[in-house]
Parts: sequence; C-alpha cells; structure tokens
Amino acid sequence: MCLAMPGKIVAIAESVATVEFGGVTRAISLDLLPEACVGNYVLAHAGFALQVIEEEEAGEILAIFAEMERLDSVESTC
Amino acid sequence: MSQTIEQLYHRIEELTPNRINLMEVCGTHTVAISRLGIRSRLPHKLRLLSGPGCPVCVSPAGYIDSLIEIALQPGTTLTTFGDLLRVPGSVRSLKQAVASGAKVKVLYSPLEALEFARQNSGVEVVFAAVGFETTLPTIAATIIQAEQSGIVNLSFLMAGRLAVPAMSALLQTNDVRIDGFICPGHVSVVTGSDAFKTIVERFAVPCAITGFEAVDILSSIISLLEMKNNSEASVVNNYLRAVKPGGNLIARQLMEQVFDVVDSEWRGIGVIPASGVKLKAAYSRFDAEAKFGISIEKQLSHPVGCSCGEVMRGLLLPDECPLFGNACEPSSPVGPCMVSTEGACAAYYNYGQSGRI
Amino acid sequence: MKSETHIRLDHGEGGAASHRLITTLFLDHFGGQQVMEDATVVPGSRRLALTTDSFVVKPLEFPGGDIGKLAICGTVNDLAMMGAIPRYITAGFILEEGLPIDVLRRIVRTMAQTARSADVTIVAGDTKVVGKGEVDQIFINTAGVGFVPEGVDLSVGNCKSGDVILVSGGIGEHGIAVMVAREGFGISGDLRSDCAPLASLARTLVELVPSVKAMRDVTRGGLATVMVEISQSSKVGIELDESAIPVRKPVKAACGLLGLDPLYVACEGRLVAIVPESDAGQALEVLRSHPDGKDSAQIGKVVAGSQGVYLATLSGGHRPLIMLEGSQLPRIC
Repeated sequence: MCLAMPGKIVAIAESVATVEFGGVTRAISLDLLPEACVGNYVLAHAGFALQVIEEEEAGEILAIFAEMERLDSVESTC
Repeated sequence: MSQTIEQLYHRIEELTPNRINLMEVCGTHTVAISRLGIRSRLPHKLRLLSGPGCPVCVSPAGYIDSLIEIALQPGTTLTTFGDLLRVPGSVRSLKQAVASGAKVKVLYSPLEALEFARQNSGVEVVFAAVGFETTLPTIAATIIQAEQSGIVNLSFLMAGRLAVPAMSALLQTNDVRIDGFICPGHVSVVTGSDAFKTIVERFAVPCAITGFEAVDILSSIISLLEMKNNSEASVVNNYLRAVKPGGNLIARQLMEQVFDVVDSEWRGIGVIPASGVKLKAAYSRFDAEAKFGISIEKQLSHPVGCSCGEVMRGLLLPDECPLFGNACEPSSPVGPCMVSTEGACAAYYNYGQSGRI
Repeated sequence: MKSETHIRLDHGEGGAASHRLITTLFLDHFGGQQVMEDATVVPGSRRLALTTDSFVVKPLEFPGGDIGKLAICGTVNDLAMMGAIPRYITAGFILEEGLPIDVLRRIVRTMAQTARSADVTIVAGDTKVVGKGEVDQIFINTAGVGFVPEGVDLSVGNCKSGDVILVSGGIGEHGIAVMVAREGFGISGDLRSDCAPLASLARTLVELVPSVKAMRDVTRGGLATVMVEISQSSKVGIELDESAIPVRKPVKAACGLLGLDPLYVACEGRLVAIVPESDAGQALEVLRSHPDGKDSAQIGKVVAGSQGVYLATLSGGHRPLIMLEGSQLPRIC
C-alpha cells in the first residue's frame, strides 16, 4: 500500500521541496518532514516526504538502478 | 549484484525446513514479489502468503457504491488514487460509472484534490481517502492545509486502515499457521519498527521489516527462516535505510490531530477493533459521509464461491480458489482481489501464475 | 479563410464553406491536384499493402508530437512493418463545431511535415463536422497504401526457435509523455513521445539484412503486449531479458512515481525485429547505425516449447508476461 520513491531535494520554498527523481522532478511537501534540507535524499509517497534516507544508502539504491539502466543520457529520437 | 541475489536464493534453499508459511501484509509487496519473479525461485515448502495488505481489497463493496453515488451527483467531482477505479462495488466499478456520467479524476497526491478544489470553487470535490499508515499522514496533512486555507468545497470519504491491529487479529482468529511476517516497509517508516514489537511479545511470531527491492525481500525471508529455525522471535529491521525504531513522529502526530481510531470492517475478515480511522469532530466539515448524508453499507453477503476473504487471511493462495482463472479473472472479476492492482489474485494472474497466457 | 477562426457545421456540408476549407487549408499544406476526384487510382501491379487507423488521443498536442503526427506515423509504420514502402495516405477528419481553426491548421501542418519526412503523399481526404459535444475536438482516420518489393515476405509465422528479438530504442516514451501531458500529476521532466515514422529504419533493415523474419511496431499496450501478440499468432515461445530492455531514465522515474510498468506503456516510434541468430549481430549494427535506431538492443529470443512470453527478471527470477485486461492506471500501492 505504499509506493514510495527516493529522490534528492534540490530546492525548498516554504515547506515544499523540489525533488529530483533521477530524470523527472516533482514538488514534494515537507509537512511531514520539516527538518529536511536541500541536498537530502528523501523517500516520497503521495506527494509528501516521509523520511530522510542516508545518502550512502540512497546511493546504493541509485547505484542499483544505474546498474539496471542501459540508456543513461539518451536524447529522444523524436 | 546478481551474484548477491544468487547467494540469497541459495541461502534460502539451505535454510528452509519443512513446510513454512510466511505472510506479507502489503499490497506493494504482493506486486513486487510477483513482478520480481521471486516465487519461481523459492522452494515449494516455503509458502509465501498475501495477507490483507491491499487497502482497496479490504474496503467493503459499499464503499465503492458510496463513491459512485457521490461521483454521479451534479456539480461534484470524485478524486481518487488510480487503484480504486476498477474495483467492483455491488453492481459496478467507478470506471464503469464514468460511462453513466460519474465525474472521476485520478490523482497521485491528495494535495492535488486540494488544488483542484481551490481552482474550481464551484465544484464540490471529494477525495476517496483509502490507505494504511503510509498514506493516512498525507491525508491528515492535506486536511490540515485545507482547514488553514478556509476551503469549503472539499471533503473526504474515509476508509483508512491500520496494519498492526489487522496482523494481531489474523493471529488471534486464524486457522492458518503464520510462521513469520514480512512487515510493510513504508508503513514502518511512519510507525517505526518498534510498532511491531507487540506482535512478537503477544504471539511470538518473528517480524522482518522489509523494503521493496529483491535484495530486501530475500534478506527478510532469510531473517525469518533463521529466527524460525532457532525458535526465536524478534523484530528485525531489514530496511534500515528508511525505517527508524521510532518512525516519523510528526506524521503520527498529524494523524492523531485529525483522526480518531475506530473499529472497522475488513472485507472477508469482519470487524477488527481499533483498526480504522474516522475524522475528529473538529474536522467534521471535511467528512463526506456527513456532507452528502451517505452511510456506507455494511457488506452482508459475498459473491458465491468468492474466496477473497480466505485468500486475504492466508488460508488459500490465489490459485487455490476454485474460481481463479476461470469464472474469476481480470476481464470478469468476482471479488476485489482480482481487480485491485495490488490484490493478491490480480498479482498472481497478471504476473502469470494462472497457468494461462 | 483569414476571417474564419472556428469550425462551423457548414464546413462539413459539401458546399462553399467546405470547398473553402479544403482549398485554403488542407490543400495549402497537403498539395494535391488529385484531391478533387472521388477516389485516387494508383499505378502499378505489385503487391499492395493496405492499412487504416483512427486517432483520438488527448491532449491533441503533447511533447514530441500531436494527433496529426501520430495519424501519419501510425499508418506509415503499419505498412513499413510488412516490408512495404509506404506511398499514399488518405486522411478523414471528424471535427467538433467550435474547434479553433488555428488548432486544426497546426495539426494539418504537422501531418504534412510528417508525410514529407516519411516520403508519403496524402492523396485523398474527407471532412465531417458534428455539433458541439458530439466529438471531442478532433478525430482523424488515416488509411495507407504501400508496395511490397519482390522477395520481401515478412510474417511472424516465419519465426523459429533460436531467432533473436531486437528493439529499436527505449520503451514507454509515448504513453508516459501523453499521460503526464494530459493529467499532470505535478511531474515535470524530459518526457517526450517517441512518435516517429519507421519506414526508413525498416527499409534499411530489410535491404541490408534480407533474412529478417518479421517486424512489428510497438504501440498501445507496450512491448509486453506486442510480444504476447507475436507469441499467440505465431505459436512460438519468447524469452526476454529484463536487463537488456532499454528504458530511459526519466521514463523509468515517472513510471516509478506512478506505479506503472514500462513494459506495458505505449510506444509510437519503436519497432521490434525478429532475425535469425546468425544475423543478429549485423542486424543490431544496422539498426544502431541508423539515426532512428541508435539505442537498439537485443532483448530476447524465440524459444522451443509451447507459446508464451517469459521474462528473466533483473533479480534472477522468472515470470510469464501476459496481456493486461485494460490500460494501466497510476497507483499508490
């Protein structure tokens, strides 16, 4: 019951963080995690940050994703 | 990494004794296990059961009926997570009701419902508030924001559920042996791993807090097997990167601010004490039941032959239901487990365990 | 037409208003001395490939394309997958009363541009206008004709155990771009439809690797669905390797946020090709050397045994792929 994605906070304005999810960004509310800072990796669910993830750990997940990727910097062919 | 995973599968083979039942209670785990193809690599003696972890599956058919009733009202738009759209009510699903004029908008976040209400002050907006402890804080925070903004055209039809009381109820009433719980990783982010100590203390059933990658799930299976083999029971946190012992205090405080805990009916199981939430009196103007004068019908009977209740209690695996794959399949679902995207039967069928392509 | 800004029911009734719309808008872009006949006779007595498709996408315009581009590419690609050289297209329009003519003009312009880039000619058309609310802005039907060169005989019925499956680029691009363009969900990023004509890519492959058994374009239902279709119609088994299937990072991230499986998300500019194992390396090289196929990959093979599609997952597991009952919806669980 809980799809959540790790992402990196790249900006914060009034309790709303801009979070980068490896290629797309979304505004994520920090109402549940007011102590989060720019540069933190957070777990986001339904538009809210739930927890800060240690960067090392986040790095591991993201490295796992990177290992699975084949097209890191592909331009669309359109 | 693939080497690590092979090692984990090997270890599971080594550790699995005679028949053992492990249960996960999270729809996202149900889907992950099927999508990652994990069952295909586990020894047959290890039964991986799906419990009542799909918040949509455990809501009574009457909830869907009420959502449809609301969505059909003039000047009203129902907003919802996509998960609810195809679940059958007593007669039809929300998606089918759209063809009769029901206005339904699918969202990613409850905050989008608030934004939609702000931008459309002439529309009465209702949000279908389903979910477990992962989602309930996001709904609470949205209600608080709505109250602070003075929004009047937004309300919530509540169907929140709490995971730990349900797990306790299963162990108390059950006729199936559960040897260990794969605990919901993101519910745990909010509740904290400590919340599962009560399961260990009262029932001596091992618990492993689990994330959603293959490594996470396999590691937890190993933890549970090791505890079982050593006749130990404790809460092992295999999702340390996200789950702290105390969880997210602010999230729980906001839930306490907005919701009262109440008994609630779980489809296929019955009433479980202190397992649901309703809006506190201070927030009653956001309660869609009151606003629309609706009362959600109790489910008195279930479709003939439907075994969703037994599946959700772990008595049956989906393909052991007599209707699975013939009378009951996604094109003609009988019960909610086959339709909800994270229902156990749908996961089994869509990820190909039906034996048909 | 300069003074007219919105489609009226008159524009669909065959009178002066209709003629004005055709001559000053459609012909202006499509060209065409032939358009004023009832039908168009095409020369030649070769093997003719025919196809038709209708387009109702919303929103009309999205990153990477619009309904017009889709309408041309969809039909061109269906012809190209049979090994045909697409030549002639017809275009039928059903327009909603009140549609701004500027919108129509943009779409028609795109259709013309796409047709030119695909080396096809739009030779016939039709327009109907219906009352407000009777259609959602614009629906387009295109039909296409192409000629299959001598010696080219593509069919999924030719597939045999050991044949290799290739895909011409990253999957899931179109479906996620359109969904986010339509619904928003607050997601922003480099999401663009991959909508493109595949005629040149397909023709290059067939010419340089004549042993290619079959090609299919991946559309609604995504890669998984086309694999199941091939498996069912040719009665072969298919094994795919999840780690080899290209999914671009933003597509993967957006799908992850919404709980969608990229394997089932629509493409509109990708083909799968089935080639004998001995020519797989060369075929991959040919695809990758073409501007429309530079991210091509070998993703699986045809296997002996009963029909069915199986995926070797990233995490060492194994699961069958089936067709989903309907489209995927975003989920929270």
